[in-house]
Amino acid sequence: MAAVTPDQLHDHHHHHGPTGLMRWITTTNHKDIGTMYLIFSFIMFLSGGVMALTIRAELFQPGLQVVQPEFFNQLTTMHGLVMVFGAIMPAFVGFANWQIPLMIGASDMAFARMNNWSFWLLPPAALLLIGSFFVPGGATAAGWTLYAPLSVQMGMGMDLTIFAVHIMGISSIMGAINIVVTILNMRAPGMTLMKMPLFCWTWLITAYLLIAVMPVLAGAVTMILTDRHFGTSFFNAAGGGDPVMYQHVFWFFGHPEVYIMILPAFGIVSQIIPTFARKPLFGYASMVYATASIAILSFVVWAHHMFTTGLPASGTLFFMYATMLIAVPTGVKVFNWIATMWRGSMTFETPMLFAVGFIFVFTMGGFTGLMCAITPADIQYQDTYFVVAHFHYVLVAGSLFALFAGTYYWLPKWTGHMYSEGLGKLHFWCSIIFFNITFFPMHFLGLAGMPRRIPDYALQFTDFNALASVGAFGFGFSQLIFLVAVLQCVKGGPKAAASPWEGAEGLEWTVPSPAPYHTFEEAPIVK
Amino acid sequence: MTFAARASVALSALALTPTWALAEGSSLNLQTPVTQIASEIYDLHTLMLVICLVIFVGVFGVMFWSVFAHRKSKGAVAAHFHENTTVEIIWTVVPVFILLGMAYPATKTVLAMKDTSNPDITIKATGYQWKWGYDYIKGEGEGIQFFSGLSTPQDQISGAASKGEHYLLEVDKPLVVPVGKKVRLLATANDVIHAWWVPAFGVKQDAIPGFIRDTHFRAEKEGIYRGNCAELCGKDHGFMPIEVHVVSAEAYATWVANQKAAMAGGAQEGAGNAAVPQASADAAVGGKS
Repeated sequence: MAAVTPDQLHDHHHHHGPTGLMRWITTTNHKDIGTMYLIFSFIMFLSGGVMALTIRAELFQPGLQVVQPEFFNQLTTMHGLVMVFGAIMPAFVGFANWQIPLMIGASDMAFARMNNWSFWLLPPAALLLIGSFFVPGGATAAGWTLYAPLSVQMGMGMDLTIFAVHIMGISSIMGAINIVVTILNMRAPGMTLMKMPLFCWTWLITAYLLIAVMPVLAGAVTMILTDRHFGTSFFNAAGGGDPVMYQHVFWFFGHPEVYIMILPAFGIVSQIIPTFARKPLFGYASMVYATASIAILSFVVWAHHMFTTGLPASGTLFFMYATMLIAVPTGVKVFNWIATMWRGSMTFETPMLFAVGFIFVFTMGGFTGLMCAITPADIQYQDTYFVVAHFHYVLVAGSLFALFAGTYYWLPKWTGHMYSEGLGKLHFWCSIIFFNITFFPMHFLGLAGMPRRIPDYALQFTDFNALASVGAFGFGFSQLIFLVAVLQCVKGGPKAAASPWEGAEGLEWTVPSPAPYHTFEEAPIVK
Repeated sequence: MTFAARASVALSALALTPTWALAEGSSLNLQTPVTQIASEIYDLHTLMLVICLVIFVGVFGVMFWSVFAHRKSKGAVAAHFHENTTVEIIWTVVPVFILLGMAYPATKTVLAMKDTSNPDITIKATGYQWKWGYDYIKGEGEGIQFFSGLSTPQDQISGAASKGEHYLLEVDKPLVVPVGKKVRLLATANDVIHAWWVPAFGVKQDAIPGFIRDTHFRAEKEGIYRGNCAELCGKDHGFMPIEVHVVSAEAYATWVANQKAAMAGGAQEGAGNAAVPQASADAAVGGKS
């Protein structure tokens, strides 16, 4: 199965593969590929961050000062696409690549060559996406949701985006298949599914979601492409189509996508909390069932993004009830994490700080999510800054903070060095404080009536926008602390033990730090 | 608000002091409702806030207690429990009942929102890139039609002139409706999807090209109410506000007569402007009073 088999590895300390750039281009090693995913996603994170800061600079004051409305719309659109498809999703795949084989005792991913291919599709897709700023008409400005008919009006930047989405979709599907096959076939003897670390469980479920919905997105954007260039009328009422159909198809992808970006985060947090509480995860089985319930429910809630389109009363009620139900398994998860902490023996190194910060701030996003589920209230919230606040609470404080937590947690294993705890803590406190300064006021803006995706606003929104912009710049620059902390750790630092965390359990801590290029050439036995 | 005041707000934000929250013109909650539906929405919103706040305090009270008490540095020794079926069942079932408590009032409001039967006046709102068109289709004023676009001057947007009180929330020709009458609004669009949103009415309806979707409102208080297009519709999405004047039955009749006369005179656009009745000064406006 794996391209590299143990009998090729008689001398793994003197690997005879290509060196330099070719090593990275041709590598089939899950650790190399994981590293490339993480570097790629961080570059995209910074690119999307620059776009966000330009948006916040424009919104610092009423009036148009920094950018014109056309370009502003391109920025909001590309910020969303770059962060979702370029930063968050690849970062989690990077974690999966590094950690899943180490956690289940496999020597590599199941399809090592395909693994290389699924990473190397991403840079060209990113070039298409970012490059679309420089074509006539600029990047697509239809919002990251690419709603028809607005997306049909766009210039050629839209076509580049569609191709980029196709390529990233292929990459995600291949990555997901690889993860499913690896987990189902390559677990060490004795590691039954219900003994598997929760991170692997959440990724297994996420991978099924990806396989189910990425083709749906590809179909939706392909229909836009043919509406744009080949005379079809999928979303054009004059030709017998329906613009709202695009929204149905898009959100059938889009809502599971939300869980694709948060379930692996749940997994990371479920690894970290028990380690630093020095106590096993509370309710392991119910965590697995809750994750699966969330994934299944995610397929029947999509139209809660469309309450203002004018769904019939029965449809509205169905989607409202189904959406509210998601609060139950999500609540179970939060309760389980807190029960894990309860009567533990906790220490608060950076990974734990980010994990506890995650629970606290992500849950606020969960509460606003529940508020948005209530259809009549959602009529007021929809397409306002309240929703912007909501999804940044779950995506930044949720997914991103979990990614930071996981990075600090496994960095000693990846590099063989301890990171600077001082820098890590500074990064955490700056991030969580500036995050809240940026996004908490947005709740008030939305309630008071400020629509999202506008480059200029009425005067009563001035104060909170100024505040949010100040917070955004603080948050943006705080991420440079993370960069410094990681680079420092890669270059050197105190030597990390095989298991640098006192309470850590799992196969990844049984191999030396840094993890050798090839691990588990002989499968470990799990009792 | 002057630039100096804004700068001081930003500075105080930098200093992390909470003074900004008290600054003039800040609003923290939904706009004052003027329809039955908007009131129900406001109450639902408040109910949700309160429930979430109670759960928040409860759950995070426990978590932060644990964070402070169960520390290794305080000599805490880890317990070994990791399962408890009773507890698991309780925290699965209790939330279900809380959700049922939320769903009941929400369902009633949904059904009320969807009931567009027996309107007094029917108006079609058409979204264009980037203005609104209004056609009075049925009821008093039938036959009136006009466009309604942003009236904020360009030099205020560019910063060449100081910004007026209703910056970006003012139009050349507002929608006029009588107070206390049920208005059925048919929303559609000419090009891309727009959304007709007046927060004080609790109405936000997507305007979809090629389709007609309906909603309704019955404003209970005279006044000027302002809103925006709420669905990204291209370059000037941020510059297509909605302004509704809710006036007394008499003022509405006069306005209708003037509009009809102006239409008969063939000079609808210019004459129409002068004939907009002004609502009483104490009316709630765009979330500010």
